[in-house]
Amino acid sequence: MKIFNGLASFPRGGVHPQELKLSANRPIEFLSPPRIVTIPVSQHFGAPAKPIVKVGDKVKIGQVIAEANGFVSTHIHATVSGTVTKIEMCMDMSGYKRLAIILNAEGEEWLEGIDLSRTLKAEIILTGPQIIKKVQQDGLVGLGGATFPLHVKLSPPQGKHADVLLINGVECEPYLTADHRLMLEKGPEIIVGIQILMKALNVSKAMIGIEANKTDAIDHLSKLTKDTPGIKVVTLKVKYPQGAEKQLIEAIIKRQVPIGGLPIDVGCVVQNIGTAFAVYESIQKNKPLVERVVTVAGESLNRSSNFLVRIGTPVSYLIEVAGGLPEDTGKIIGGGPMMGKALNTPEVPVVKGTSGILVLPRMYAKRDPVLPCIRCARCVSHCPLGLEPYLLMNLVEKGMSEEADREAIMNCCECGSCAYVCPAKRPLLDSIRLGKSFIAQQRKEKAKT
Amino acid sequence: MNHQKLIVSLSPHVYAPASVRCIMMDVLIALTPALLWSIYVFGINALRVTLLGVASCVVFEYLLQRYVLKIQPTVDDGSAAVTGLLLAFNLPSNIPSWMIILGCFFAIAVAKLTFGGLGNNPFNPALVGRVFLFVSFPVAMTSWPIPLTNRFQFIDAMTQATPLSIVKEGLKNRIPVVDLMAKIPNYFDLFIGNRAGCIGEISVLLLFLGGLYLLYRKVISWQIPVSMIGAIFAFSGILWMIDPSAYMTPLFQILTGGVFLGAIFMATDMVTSPMMPWGMIIFGAFIGILTVIIRVFGAYPEGVSFAILIMNAFVPLIDKLTKPRKYGKVKNV
Repeated sequence: MKIFNGLASFPRGGVHPQELKLSANRPIEFLSPPRIVTIPVSQHFGAPAKPIVKVGDKVKIGQVIAEANGFVSTHIHATVSGTVTKIEMCMDMSGYKRLAIILNAEGEEWLEGIDLSRTLKAEIILTGPQIIKKVQQDGLVGLGGATFPLHVKLSPPQGKHADVLLINGVECEPYLTADHRLMLEKGPEIIVGIQILMKALNVSKAMIGIEANKTDAIDHLSKLTKDTPGIKVVTLKVKYPQGAEKQLIEAIIKRQVPIGGLPIDVGCVVQNIGTAFAVYESIQKNKPLVERVVTVAGESLNRSSNFLVRIGTPVSYLIEVAGGLPEDTGKIIGGGPMMGKALNTPEVPVVKGTSGILVLPRMYAKRDPVLPCIRCARCVSHCPLGLEPYLLMNLVEKGMSEEADREAIMNCCECGSCAYVCPAKRPLLDSIRLGKSFIAQQRKEKAKT
Repeated sequence: MNHQKLIVSLSPHVYAPASVRCIMMDVLIALTPALLWSIYVFGINALRVTLLGVASCVVFEYLLQRYVLKIQPTVDDGSAAVTGLLLAFNLPSNIPSWMIILGCFFAIAVAKLTFGGLGNNPFNPALVGRVFLFVSFPVAMTSWPIPLTNRFQFIDAMTQATPLSIVKEGLKNRIPVVDLMAKIPNYFDLFIGNRAGCIGEISVLLLFLGGLYLLYRKVISWQIPVSMIGAIFAFSGILWMIDPSAYMTPLFQILTGGVFLGAIFMATDMVTSPMMPWGMIIFGAFIGILTVIIRVFGAYPEGVSFAILIMNAFVPLIDKLTKPRKYGKVKNV
């Protein structure tokens, strides 16, 4: 249970699935934009943005097409230049139909003032508050998957202050290599991005956590940060979910976020590698968030790759470029295999939070029959949050939501370690999610009355 | 693109290569060396008891689930086979066949399926079966064939007492320990398993090797065996130091009877043991203490099965007392 090999790690639980980083050696390829993009107005945590364009409007790349609706919300930008053809409900990765703006691409015309050159711009001119305002305008969200609007995270509530910035370069999900490639290919830009974030947060210390299986990225960033004051690279043990926010905080600075609290409660803010790069592009190059790196991978896929993709590109288009959907496909996943969402159709768009598209063969896609719990306690010993998943599942199945709440079901981060290790193949996380949504619903109703 | 057949389910989408059947197979594999040794020592009779035990449990589970409970039989998970093998391991080799079948019926029907089948039984089914036979047929259950003799006969008239019963009887008649030690096998014979006893309990060495295999396969953890054997050693050691002429040595206490079989294979049964490491240590330690109390102060020469069954009843309580510390739990809240 202790750390034998001396590498920093979160102290309890966790699993080590097969890493399967098929695309780790594939450089990021620019993917030419498709003819039609579908841009949902709700790609972030918080209120959906409000469309400000009409059908028939001409737009340029980087132009705001939907405005932030409130503080916890962010702008949405056009990712191709052309005409707004439809504004309607479209299926997104959640499987629900949500409002989206559909653009027809005509040519490749960027909004004036966006610097598309590749030269590194290291000098940071904007002040902290200006940076925070700018990242909201440029539609920046956490690109690790939670898509929390960046400006909210950079504005700690009254009386709270961060003393350290943690950068998440862990990428502990199997298959995914987008952040890995970004660290190798955009190292200097990421370092500037981190410095911008440090300035915005007014902290003098930043630490980049990277799992030990990415030695090249660790070496590269260590070299780059050798002469940069305040930024340090920390090598972390290869263990899932090392990149989950709470686990990363505990691994690097040995602090525990209290139940129901946020990282800022223990004086830190966590940002993803991809976000740091997007911050650089926004602040130094005046470029809004219109594209991101997406890993497309699968054992049967011809060409597992890392693509630089425009937001709104259909998943099917990515798979086509990666060699087409294999015959034996059983499941398409948006995200990683541990926390990602299974898609019921590849005709959904890539959004800001899409870190990967995985194509799983049918033989891995089916679940095994469920057996009774044999009390092996693997779910308990592998839970990184010290919960008892078998107990939570029992409580949820019996409808005992109050007891489940007392057992801290809401603290579950849904990493899936419990369901991963269960020898009886019990759908532990399914039940826990059900219980969580039920309790969340109850709390909402209570708040109303 | 044809994507009508896409499977949609919640995450996680990959699973560890572990299964209930895999765990049960590991237990069977771990018990095999001890089984082969018992066949060598007790001959074809040991094979008869084992095969009949395994077959009866599997058949009873199948028939009861299929025709009485009218549910899909679950014998393919391997748990009935494990129960049968463990029950057989807890029987003397010349027990009549019908008693084996009756014990298996009791283990499967009463101790397991009545409570809802695998995972729901509070008591170890194999031990319930053994204790049922033990209290019902005390003579047959304590008739121990002499090791390495008459190995090719089904009925064995030549029997001898186990080391533990020699000691129990002797101490009751105030025979000094020194004289008793001459009547029982030496420590080396006890260790490799050249002694009378239940067919699966005799070879400490091979049970220990099986335990190492289960540890390596992560089917069991070290806490229960270590704390149980440690507690027996410590408690009987204290008694021995108080009066070496009236109490047996701690080494004798851990090498005899069903201590290793119980500590490694019976007390560690996942379904009927605590879940957390500290709970396991408490559980094991109390089994050890109870075992010594029954052996030294109780009416029976051996107490491992009773001790484990008694502690099985405390598992829910122990689990409640040793809950894992929740991440982010603020003290005094």
